[in-house]
Amino acid sequence: MMRRVAIVGIGFTPFRPLSPEVSYRELVYESAQRAYHDAGINPREDVDSFITVAEDYEEGTAIFDEYTPDQLGAALRPVHTITADGLYAISAGYMLIQTGQCEVVVVEGHSKASNVLTPSYISALALDPIYNRPLRFHPACLAGMEMARFLVETGTVREQCLRVAVKNRRNALLNPLAPYGADLTLEEALASPPAFAPLSEVEMSRSADGAIVVVLASEEATRRLKGHPVWIRGVGWCSDSPTLETREWGEAVYAHLSARMAYRLAGIRNPAREVHLAEIDDTYAYKELMHMEALGLCRRGEAGRLVEEGATERDGLLPVNVSGGSLGMGHLGEATGLARLAEAVMHLRGDAERRQVKGAQTALVQSWRGVPSSSGAVVVLGV
Amino acid sequence: MPLRWTVNEFRGTPLRESDIPEGRVLSVRWDPNARYAWDAGIAIGRFLQGLKEGRILGVHCPSCRRTVVPPRIVCENCFRPLTQWVPLQDTGTVQTVSVCYVNWDASRRREPEFPAVIALDGASPGCGILHILGEVTPQTVRVGLRVRALWKPPQERTGAITDICYFRPL
Repeated sequence: MMRRVAIVGIGFTPFRPLSPEVSYRELVYESAQRAYHDAGINPREDVDSFITVAEDYEEGTAIFDEYTPDQLGAALRPVHTITADGLYAISAGYMLIQTGQCEVVVVEGHSKASNVLTPSYISALALDPIYNRPLRFHPACLAGMEMARFLVETGTVREQCLRVAVKNRRNALLNPLAPYGADLTLEEALASPPAFAPLSEVEMSRSADGAIVVVLASEEATRRLKGHPVWIRGVGWCSDSPTLETREWGEAVYAHLSARMAYRLAGIRNPAREVHLAEIDDTYAYKELMHMEALGLCRRGEAGRLVEEGATERDGLLPVNVSGGSLGMGHLGEATGLARLAEAVMHLRGDAERRQVKGAQTALVQSWRGVPSSSGAVVVLGV
Repeated sequence: MPLRWTVNEFRGTPLRESDIPEGRVLSVRWDPNARYAWDAGIAIGRFLQGLKEGRILGVHCPSCRRTVVPPRIVCENCFRPLTQWVPLQDTGTVQTVSVCYVNWDASRRREPEFPAVIALDGASPGCGILHILGEVTPQTVRVGLRVRALWKPPQERTGAITDICYFRPL
């Protein structure tokens, strides 16, 4: 019999383009305090293990995981860091609890992207150094190339991608945490200058600073904690081959396989009908459409039309990125999946205020690890 | 097909060191352009401001009663916020030291460096800052040595750990 695992606390800072008045440690401390207060726990006594996500190249410090304990209350406790999106840490925490090794696990992710002064050069370091990097193209070109192939293979048109940007930026207007809310119109989006065509500037998320802390607990532990447990019904993750020369450019196979793994655990057969709310990767606007299809929220080639028809709006049949997504909240590096997750948790608790999706009981959360990666994770939540 | 046989002549291509720079063995080089800033934030920001003013600031935790430096906004023992700022002496005791004869590029130093942790007077026992010792020799340096900070002149201080040139024997 599998143990059930719940999310019993979330804490976050507002997300902002710059945060010069606080260090990354102080951002994390603020989020940690909120999450522990939310769960009603003392991290020095009640937590069995801590998991953080960070990439040394994003932090500018090697062996960065050494710097994560103090601000989380994790000094002299079991801690490990995963160099992947926060949803991988949620999956690891879920497993730690399922094994019976732990009752309460804390997950942390943060972004201090504003402190990276040469971001595209850092991103380029993710390309193969021998046969890709010497060509010296901007790494975001890979997104343009992926979008071009996606449009051709699925018949999706550019305007449908722009509608994603318009929707998510407008959704962010209702999200007090989101820095990039805008009352954008489709006409204005159409006038956005090309960046990595067919990708235009307005379709690319911008970075933000912030931190998110999540508290996971076993079913037994939830009984002695206050608050409103949100259950982790399934997790999945997947890495495709990194080879740019032979990868699948027109579809997100990694997302499809991660979702299959998570749906199997969650017992979900028809995600389009069973999922009430999706918080998924929209690092670039076309990615939201590509991911909707890979996650089985619609058939291939249908996502663009669903956006056009308003089905993915907050009051539509299948709300997608009500938070504003990365386009509206900012991209948070490896903490991005945790921001999506926190939004889903708020909706399932009925705490999402003006953004609340009524009657939401099952939520799908998904992350992608950005260019040039073809990997990501999925979490299914329920109440 | 035999699975074992005797090798009479060692075949293959010997590799010479010059084969790499001369391009007979291929490799690709890349110099990363990785530049960062680090927002000092509330605790370290105030610490650096103190250094600029010629003061070393610590913080006191009323819960575990430690006074620590460098300052932080949360006690890693108690997870309580730290808000009591305490000016410390710029004198202290060498907690530990290494006599360092090797540079970053692995070249040897004729004159060694003396990185040390100095437990500062006014902080809790064993709590101090990492800095460099000066005006010592391998013969005179030792754990337990009493030292004092040598500050840069006020107009040269920038709010950095290097506003202290080094610590030297009292």
